Formats: sequence, structure tokens, C-alpha cells
Amino acid sequence: MLDLQGYGPRLIEGAGVTVQLAVLSLLLALVLGLFTATAKMSRHWLPHGIATVYTTLIRGVPDLVLMMLLFYGGQIGVNAISDILYYSYDIDIYINFNAFAAGVLTIGFIFGAYMGETFRGAFMAVDNGQIEAGKAYGMSGSLVFRRIRFPQMMRHALPGLSNNWMVLLKTTALVSVIGLTDMVRVAAEASRATHEPFVFLIPVAVAYLLIASVSEWIFARLQKRYDIGFGEQ
Amino acid sequence: MKKLLSVSLIGLAVAAASSAQARDYDHVRIGVDVPYVPMEYRTAEGDLTGFDIDLGNAMCEEIGVTCEWIEQEWDGIIPGLLSRNYDAVMSSMTINDERRQQVLFSEPYITMPSAWFAASDLDIDEANEETLEGLTIGVQRGTLQDNYVTDNYGSVADISRYSTADDMVLDMDAQRLDIVFLDFPIGQSTLVENEDGDYVIVGEQITEPKEYFGDGFGIAFRQRDEALAEKFNEALATLKEDGTYDEIYTRYFGEE
Amino acid sequence: MPDISAWFNDLLSGNLIFTATTMGYYWTGLVTTTQLVFLSLVIGLVLAVPLAILRSSKRKWISLPVYLFTYVFRGTPLLVQLYIIYYGVVFFDGIQESVFWPIFREAFYPALIAFTLNTAAYTTEIFRGAIKATAKGEIEAARAYGMSQGLMMRRIIIPSAFRRALPAYGNEVIFMLHASAIASVVTLMDLTGAARYVYSRFYTPFEPFLFVALIYLCLTFAILFFFRFLEKKLLAHLKPQTP
Repeated sequence: MLDLQGYGPRLIEGAGVTVQLAVLSLLLALVLGLFTATAKMSRHWLPHGIATVYTTLIRGVPDLVLMMLLFYGGQIGVNAISDILYYSYDIDIYINFNAFAAGVLTIGFIFGAYMGETFRGAFMAVDNGQIEAGKAYGMSGSLVFRRIRFPQMMRHALPGLSNNWMVLLKTTALVSVIGLTDMVRVAAEASRATHEPFVFLIPVAVAYLLIASVSEWIFARLQKRYDIGFGEQ
Repeated sequence: MKKLLSVSLIGLAVAAASSAQARDYDHVRIGVDVPYVPMEYRTAEGDLTGFDIDLGNAMCEEIGVTCEWIEQEWDGIIPGLLSRNYDAVMSSMTINDERRQQVLFSEPYITMPSAWFAASDLDIDEANEETLEGLTIGVQRGTLQDNYVTDNYGSVADISRYSTADDMVLDMDAQRLDIVFLDFPIGQSTLVENEDGDYVIVGEQITEPKEYFGDGFGIAFRQRDEALAEKFNEALATLKEDGTYDEIYTRYFGEE
Repeated sequence: MPDISAWFNDLLSGNLIFTATTMGYYWTGLVTTTQLVFLSLVIGLVLAVPLAILRSSKRKWISLPVYLFTYVFRGTPLLVQLYIIYYGVVFFDGIQESVFWPIFREAFYPALIAFTLNTAAYTTEIFRGAIKATAKGEIEAARAYGMSQGLMMRRIIIPSAFRRALPAYGNEVIFMLHASAIASVVTLMDLTGAARYVYSRFYTPFEPFLFVALIYLCLTFAILFFFRFLEKKLLAHLKPQTP
């Protein structure tokens, strides 16, 4: 049943690429998002300015254009660097800017901006009195962050995170356009070769729905966990 | 701007670097865009084959290096060479002046004309401004055929640009395209010999003007790798002399 | 001074990328992108309003099919939807001979259909949320006035839901603009398609992609300001009253 005219194994491999890509990009986006949120809440103009430019640019330009810019431009950028090294220092290095790395970097970079907005809103929603109470207890800044701000922030951030994750998951389909063999690319290739698009594209659509449903379930569990102590909302 | 960007990309580059090593070419990585039947394609079992592949492997053997084929979309095949994703490109690439500015070419190893292909019921004998007027022409994006059609017929016809030759064949079968402009052997094997459709070559095979159609297919190297290019040139000469070249040629194109 | 002007001349003469021809491509691209996005949004909106009303129905057999439609179209990538419609439509028997073929033959219409269905699904959910959030008092007031269900929908619920939906709908418009960048995958020469073409011809990614990124940025800001303006006008009554 999973043979799909011989394309079954490659499709499953492609699905693996999709999931890996999505999860790694998510991790990068979460890290970037925390940095961005912190920078945006900073009172100093420089981090604030950088974070604002970053989020504005990302939200103003299509994902695919950014992806092509970073992927194709990244290659030329790497090339320029190693040319400088070669001509001025006679060092010949080989730097591989592969499609997977480019995909993770671009998607993580794009969603870092969205995550930043989500985290910022969530941090602001944490009751200041709680933080003051923590300080009054003699907790250090990092302990306040770990024990009070972060867990409470997560409660407010989860709906936004879940939403961002769903969009991110669908965005991974775009890497097929820049040449990464995810499941969409395998399906498109198979459709062309066999002239039977439905046989391959419908299972891929179902796979996306499946991943989305599983993630919805996970997020619901997480939400339950972080809602502990706040009653039914 | 470029400088600034390239500097800011250092971070990305380092993150993406899977290995960094000096290169002395006992191992040559060759970029190739598949499928492009019969020049480079995969068999049903997934093995890479075709005229370029066989000739390339024979050359590597002659030079005494191991060769690895790396697949790359046509769109990014020259940037990929320049950024060292591979050391050479052997992928039915026509030698022309525009590309000479970017890369160093070997001597041409084969000359391939381009040609127009259409369904037999399109009923035109020759492609020119009058017969093409209002038609939808398919080309592969960024190829010399794309440049030729865009510059000469862009004002009279609609041009659809595709990432792969396979996409074009699919849209020919779907009757979305009226006519395509391709390397002759590729059109011959994917359209004329295609059992599903009824396609014919329109007019003569085209090799002029040289500013578009260049001087045949060459292997592309980075500008500075003159020594490597020279080795391949010598190997090509040897293979032509000892008959290996003719044998590979006959394998894919039959007797001349 | 002469140095600078010589440098500037050099820059212009050595410039292959910003020429009248490439500008022509970008212009065509801008027109295609605008048409595609505008048409799909308008048709999508027209579809979404009745769908949202059906989706809000208490009867399962009415709301469930609409829910399925929005679930599938919101849960899968637009690219997959586009592929299915673009490649799939060809395989309906006899489509090439039918009167619809001139429409489906062009890449524009399959893309328009995919985009329209996609935005209709998202917009339906946005409206449903807005309808659900209608203040109880408004409905009770309308009932007390003796309004019929239909009249209440037309006069009270829909207008107020429209206003509430405005900020979210503004985001959807921007989302559609950005999503339309995939049109170039099915050979359409939209803004991104123009950039891809210039890139593949001159092997220079920075100029074309940065240039269209800038155009998208301007379009995004234009949409943003338009919606801010609309919100200001339509939601003025919700602002805190200044004494």
C-alpha cells in the first residue's frame, strides 16, 4: 500500500526531511525569538532598533523571496569570503552551503521574528507583582526568570507558539522550490514522471494534516501543564 | 552593499560549513542537473547514467582521479560551482561569452544543436515571428534557449519558463504549451520518441547565431583552476584518439 | 568631483541588471502579483461571508462540511494545493476539449483558484470568530425590536462582525500577498518570477531579490496603512471617549 509506484520509500524519506527541517527550524526560531523579545524590551536604543528592523523586514517580505535571497545569496556570499581568503592568504577552503542548512537557517530566521513578537507579548502579560514577590523572596535575577517569568510567560505564549508552529510547518514546503528533497518535492517529481498527481499529492496533504493534528494534541497537553494553578480558563 | 552582505554572511557560512579542508584534486566533484535525457538521467534503479556521465567518468579515469557527481538545479548550477559545492560542471552546458565571464571552460566535447518541437497537429513548418505569434513557448529557465527565445520572440509570443525539462514535457502533454525550444537530443528523446504524444521537430536544427548557441558543450571550472581544466582537455584528446569517445557517442546517439 | 561622476557613469554602463528590459519584467511581475492577490482576495471574501454564516450554524450537518473545507485548506501548504489544482485539473477527461480549457490552460487561473480557496478558508474562520464574539446585548436588543433572524444577521451581526474582523483580515491580506510569491513555481511571471528570471540570466542573486523584496515591503506597508486608516474610521466608536 505504501509502495506508490515505487515512490513510497522516497516519499517517506521526504516526510522525514520535512519533520527534521521543521523541528530544527523551530528550535532556531525559539532561540532567536527569545533574543528578539529581550532586545525589544530593552531600554537601550541599539538592541531595540536592531530587533525592530529585523521583525519589520521579515514581516514585510515573502518567505520565498527571503529564502531565495539567503540560499542563492548565501552561496555567493560564501564564495566571496573564500575568494578573499584564497587571493589574500592563499588559503583554499571548501565551505558547503547545502540546501538543508540553508532551509533551516532561513526558516528559523524568518520565524524567529514571529516568535519574538509572541514572546514579547507573553512576557508583558506576566504580572509584575509576581516578579516583585520573587525578588522580595531574595531570588536572583536568573532564578526569577527560571522559576517565575519563564513558566508564566509560556502559559501566555503557548497559543501563539502553536499558531506559529503550524504556519512554520506549512512554510517548509517552500524548500522544495529551492531544491531540497522534502516530501512535496518528491511528490511533485513523481507526479511529473507518472502523470498521476493525485496519487502522490493527496497523501502528502494528508501527511501535513496528520502532523498538524499530532502537534495540536501535544500543544493541548502542554497548555494543560502550564495552566496548572490557573483553573479552567 | 555586496561586501557588507558577504561579511554578515560569514556567520551563516560558518554555521553551514560541514567541513573545511584544502583541495588538491585527487577527488573531483562534478555538478550535474538531472534529468536531461540522454545526456544525464537516472535509470529506474536510480543509477546515474547518460552521455555526460559516461564521458566524465572515462575522463576521470584517464586523469587518475575519483569523481563524484553532485545533483544541482540548473538555476543555481553556476553559483554552486563558484561556491565550491563542486569543482566542475558537466551538464550539457553550452560555452558562450556570457558564461565565460563567470567560469572557465574546457574545450567543447560535443556540439548539440537546439530545435523547436511541437505537437504534429500544430501545423507549422518553420518557427519565425509570424508563425510563433500568439503561441505559448516553453523553455527551461536560464538556459541559452530561454535567452534566445526571450530576446527574439518575447514580444510576439508568451514564454513559460520551467525549472526542469520534465515539467515542460508534462505541460506539452497537458496541451498548455504549443511549442518548446530545447537542445535537440533532449527534445528528440523526451518528445519525439515519447509514446504518449505525437510530437515532431519544427524546422531545422539551430546552431546560429553563435552569441546564443556558442561553441558546443564544455565542462565548466572555476576561473582559477586552469591546471584542472588542462588535465580534462588532455584526457578528452586521448579518449578521442583511442576510440573511447566514439564508443560512448554511439552508445547514446547511434552511428553518425 | 569628476571622480565621482566618472564612478557613477561606470556604475551605470557596467550595469546589466537594472535596464529598461529588466524593469519591464519587474513591472509585468508587479501587475501579475497585484491582479492575482486582489482578485483572489475579493472572490475569497465574497465566498467567506456566507461560509462563515453556515459555519456558525448550530446544525452540525450545515457547519461540518464548511469546517472540513477550512480544516483542509488551512492545514495544508498552499504550494501543495497549487500543485494539485495546476497538475490535477489536466487529468479530468475531456477538459482539453471543453469550453473551460482556455481558462485552465493559462497558469493564471489554476493559481487564482488555489489562492481564492485558500484565502476563503482563512477568512471564513476569521469571520466565524468575529460572529461568535458578537455581544449578547446587541442580539437581545435586536430581538426585543422584533427583528427576524435574517434581518438581525444583515443589520446587526454582520456589520459589527466586519468591524471586529478588520485587524485579523488585514493580516490575512498581507499573508496572501506574501503567499502569492509561489506563483512563479507554475511558470507565472509574478514579482518573484521576474526576480528568478533575472537571477538565472545574470547569476546575481542580490540585485533582483533585494529589489523585489523592497517592492513587497512597500506593498506591505501600503496595505498596513490602509487597514490602519480603515480601523480608525470604522472603529472610531470603540475608542475611549475624550471628555
